[in-house]
Amino acid sequence: MSLTDFWNRLRGQPQPSSREAAKQRLQLVLVHDRNQIEPGMLERIKDEIIAVISKHVEIDQAGVQVTFTRGERENRLVADIPLLTRRTRK
Amino acid sequence: MAARVITITSGKGGVGKTTTTANVGVALALLGKRVVCLDADIGLRNLDVVLGLENRIVYDVVDVIEGRCRLRQALIKDKRLPELLLLPASQKRDKSAVRSADLVKLCDDLRPDHDFVLIDSAAGIEEGFRTAIAPADEVVIVTNPEVSAVRDADRVVGLIEAAEKGPARLIVNRLKPGLVQRGDMLDTSDVLDILAIDLIGIVPEDESVLISTNRGNPAALDERSAAGIAFRNIARRLNGEDVPFETYRDEAGFFGRVARLFRRNGRVS
Repeated sequence: MSLTDFWNRLRGQPQPSSREAAKQRLQLVLVHDRNQIEPGMLERIKDEIIAVISKHVEIDQAGVQVTFTRGERENRLVADIPLLTRRTRK
Repeated sequence: MAARVITITSGKGGVGKTTTTANVGVALALLGKRVVCLDADIGLRNLDVVLGLENRIVYDVVDVIEGRCRLRQALIKDKRLPELLLLPASQKRDKSAVRSADLVKLCDDLRPDHDFVLIDSAAGIEEGFRTAIAPADEVVIVTNPEVSAVRDADRVVGLIEAAEKGPARLIVNRLKPGLVQRGDMLDTSDVLDILAIDLIGIVPEDESVLISTNRGNPAALDERSAAGIAFRNIARRLNGEDVPFETYRDEAGFFGRVARLFRRNGRVS
């Protein structure tokens, strides 16, 4: 966080500086570039995972997250799928 | 001693490849190194005008490759710097006139009599780029601190690694210290975080580059130009010297002007 961001936050302006925005957007877009998967494709993969798993177990569909994580040696595609157990089920 | 062949490339066009090649070439020659600046941007020749040597061209790189002249006949000597030579691109042909193997052979012919061969690559990631990195011992990527240039640089970093020419080193060109301070431009540290490669230079945005290019006198020849100093420092680093990286401050505002009054040289070197 730059000094400007800190100052903005002090004054109650949550918007990051354009420098910070540029950095965050670049980091995100490069994850997709490097893995050769379009961001929209990730959404599609997520929907298909939900469809497949829902056939067998009950899951919290709204809570499903499919993301990239950057490791030291390789990147991973991580699917986080919350299950609906008897306790969480309403 | 055999020359080191260094290709200067970027992915995105317009970030300052040709300006960098010309100025680093001049700066290496100022250090007494025997330098050939080779324009590999066939069809879009520009290294000649940036160096101010456009009126002296008789033969070009395609003439050498196709055997219409000998290599030595095509090399243009810079009168300001006897150690600096230009091998111009052809303006009437296109990228297909030079194959990778041609450029590799040409560079091998240049190696024995020189210390550095700097190749100004074509923009993009296609044929022209691939040809330009084929003879390279080292690759330098030029980028600007903005999203499109950095994204393209990242692509090029990967391609250079895949071609086993890596790791490439980075020049951040046209940095505006005032904008960085205001939080409106990526800083060098941001770019390095993202690209994860080694830095070899930071060149500030500087009007003197445009003005000196207008006249065909590269800024590296200008003792007072901030960009010129940055290019000369890049040459020293390429030459193996340990030169600390510059920190730039905004000197446009009132305080900047006051600070400048109190500093002897007026510029950070």
